[in-house]
Amino acid sequence: MELKGKKVIVIGERDGVQGPAIEACIRSAGAESILVQTQCFV
Amino acid sequence: MVKKVVEQIGRDNLVVITGAPDAESAELYATTLIEGDPSWVGPLAGISLKLPVYHILEPEIKKQIDPAVYKHHLELMDIAIDIEQIAERLKNIREKHNLHAVIDE
Repeated sequence: MELKGKKVIVIGERDGVQGPAIEACIRSAGAESILVQTQCFV
Repeated sequence: MVKKVVEQIGRDNLVVITGAPDAESAELYATTLIEGDPSWVGPLAGISLKLPVYHILEPEIKKQIDPAVYKHHLELMDIAIDIEQIAERLKNIREKHNLHAVIDE
């Protein structure tokens, strides 16, 4: 799946990879973030 | 929130990228966003959005990230997270719903 040109819903997790980090990564690959969240289950 | 986004912009060219720490939670995200909430208590109960869900550390996603950005944001978690198990579960659920074909057209 090529990220370039895709619209992305980012669902990060506090104990995994957090939303803003995923957003930075997908932007570097040419995708656009539509929604960025970081879940926390504690 | 996700439901509202899909209603506003549609499913075309739309994917979900998760950063779940383990295979169980990654599978739960995928199941919820593809088939609907399996617990039938959340806002996606009975709503099948059929969104392709990937993990940010899956090899086919990771290889597209700028190396400097990867090093800054992902390198450490890449050591801590068992991505093989996560990737297998997500691949299975995407294939079950034929979501590779939809997104790669």
